[in-house]
Amino acid sequence: MTSFYGLGALKGLIVTLRYLFRKPFTVEYPDEKLVPNPRFRGNSFVWYEDRCTGNGACAKACPLGIIRIVTHPTSRPDIGNLYAIDRFDIDTGRCMFCALCIEACPYDAVFMGNDFERATKTRDGLVIHKEDLVTGAKLPTQQFRPQLEAMEYKGEEELDQHEAGRWSL
Amino acid sequence: MSNEIISFFNTFLSTSQSEAMATFVGIFFLINFVIIIVAFMTLLERRLLGRLQNRIGPNRTGPNGLLQPFADVIKLLTKEDIVIPAADRWPFNIAPLLALMPALSVWIVIPFAPTWILADLDIGILFVIAITGVSVIGVFMSGWASANKFALLGSMRSVASIISYEVPMILAIIAVVLLVGSMSMQQIVLFQSIPLVLVQPASFVIFLLAIVAELNRSPFDIVEAESEIIAGYHTEYTGMKFATFFLAEYTAALAWSAVVVTLFLSGWRIPFVQADIHPFIDGLVFLIKTIFVFCIFVWFRGTWPRLRIDQILGFSWKVLFPIATLNLVITAIEVLVFNDVFAVAEGETLPTIALVAMGLINIAIFIVVGIALNKFIKPIDQEPQSYPVTREGMTL
Ligand code: SF4
Repeated sequence: MTSFYGLGALKGLIVTLRYLFRKPFTVEYPDEKLVPNPRFRGNSFVWYEDRCTGNGACAKACPLGIIRIVTHPTSRPDIGNLYAIDRFDIDTGRCMFCALCIEACPYDAVFMGNDFERATKTRDGLVIHKEDLVTGAKLPTQQFRPQLEAMEYKGEEELDQHEAGRWSL
Repeated sequence: MSNEIISFFNTFLSTSQSEAMATFVGIFFLINFVIIIVAFMTLLERRLLGRLQNRIGPNRTGPNGLLQPFADVIKLLTKEDIVIPAADRWPFNIAPLLALMPALSVWIVIPFAPTWILADLDIGILFVIAITGVSVIGVFMSGWASANKFALLGSMRSVASIISYEVPMILAIIAVVLLVGSMSMQQIVLFQSIPLVLVQPASFVIFLLAIVAELNRSPFDIVEAESEIIAGYHTEYTGMKFATFFLAEYTAALAWSAVVVTLFLSGWRIPFVQADIHPFIDGLVFLIKTIFVFCIFVWFRGTWPRLRIDQILGFSWKVLFPIATLNLVITAIEVLVFNDVFAVAEGETLPTIALVAMGLINIAIFIVVGIALNKFIKPIDQEPQSYPVTREGMTL
């Protein structure tokens, strides 16, 4: 309902002019990083060795069978007999980040992580080994972990095994 | 300034030789100055376009992306120069230069300051129109020589749109020339005690839109419509030849901005200040105004989507042409009547009060015409026709 010829075009000009004085939406990625959504189901895993009993629930739950666990029986004074982990490889090159392994873990030992900068030049580089899991940043996300949601954990500081799990082992 | 250069050369050359040398020095400085400014205009356009579209634009090369033009030039210089075998070699190679030459020639008659003008021709604005017409030949030549249907289509479209937009553009210029009574660029600037954009707003708008079309810039950039004809006339060009076309386009854009400033925004004068202060300050004022007009082009480009060819030609002939003609007739009558009423002697200019009155009349016409156009001109874009699908109507 324009009453003047070309009024619509003028309105358009005003709209773009307003954007000129606004802060651009662009995030300049390498200089400026956003913290992923707290429930991010991202590209990495967080694993607490002391919480893990080696029962292999995650490996059984994985639809793709890409979690490889090698254990040997041992025992610990505080919880008794358990399997100690020799190898824990997750081939994230094939992972679809469905988080079924997270849901399967009865001891809250494995979490989704919020790291997303994992580009490598080989497919082998995408496999997460036990050493990487032990030394990696302990930045779990809230995916299927209600206790993290309850404490409104945003993935900004690292959590140790007692803070992350629902109960202490 | 030219006097100092002449006297410098006079120390070891004869008078006529030193005058020629001064001209060469002037041309040398002018071309280099213009091309450097143009290089940074491409950066300005990209940054500004980014901000208009909620992005940032190139800012990684050097501080704030200031080295981006140099990176672009190095990239284009080192690219392979391909001349396709089917191309018509001579026209193919000459075309970029033919496109660039007129864009640079325009700067001859642009007054940067009271004394900073390479040649203050009596027919300055006519020279601008004539010489920019030549660039069409370059564009058409490239399209013809490329042996590529898209390039040919692009240059055909360029000719079509430039021919139709030259008419309202020249009519808008004539209104200004009528008012000023001179075609010399310097005279036009000296006339503008108040910027002519306030006296002739209708001419200004028509001229601006016609220039955008003349420059084949968005929204009238069907010549290079990527979605339809790849890159238009420079589809087959690579490396430095492509860069020359690019340079020609931006030089022309800046040159036309300078013409707009001269004709409508009182050139090197600071508005409402009478005397010229110092050539450097005048030059700076001129440059700032030119860049401002260039930014308006970028603003248009960042806002309006590309029009179809029939919409573009329709806009020229059905909208701009009638307004420009009406404006011209009324301005002519105004000049006659006001010259009588205020008893302006030969060689004198109209008093300010007459100019203000003209401006008001012009705005009134503009509004009336705008409302009338809205009533009479159906939107160029009709509802898409729906074809009933019947057994009889089906074509097999
Ligand atoms: S996220 Fe899904 S696919 Fe990936 S390891 Fe866990 S269960 Fe397997």
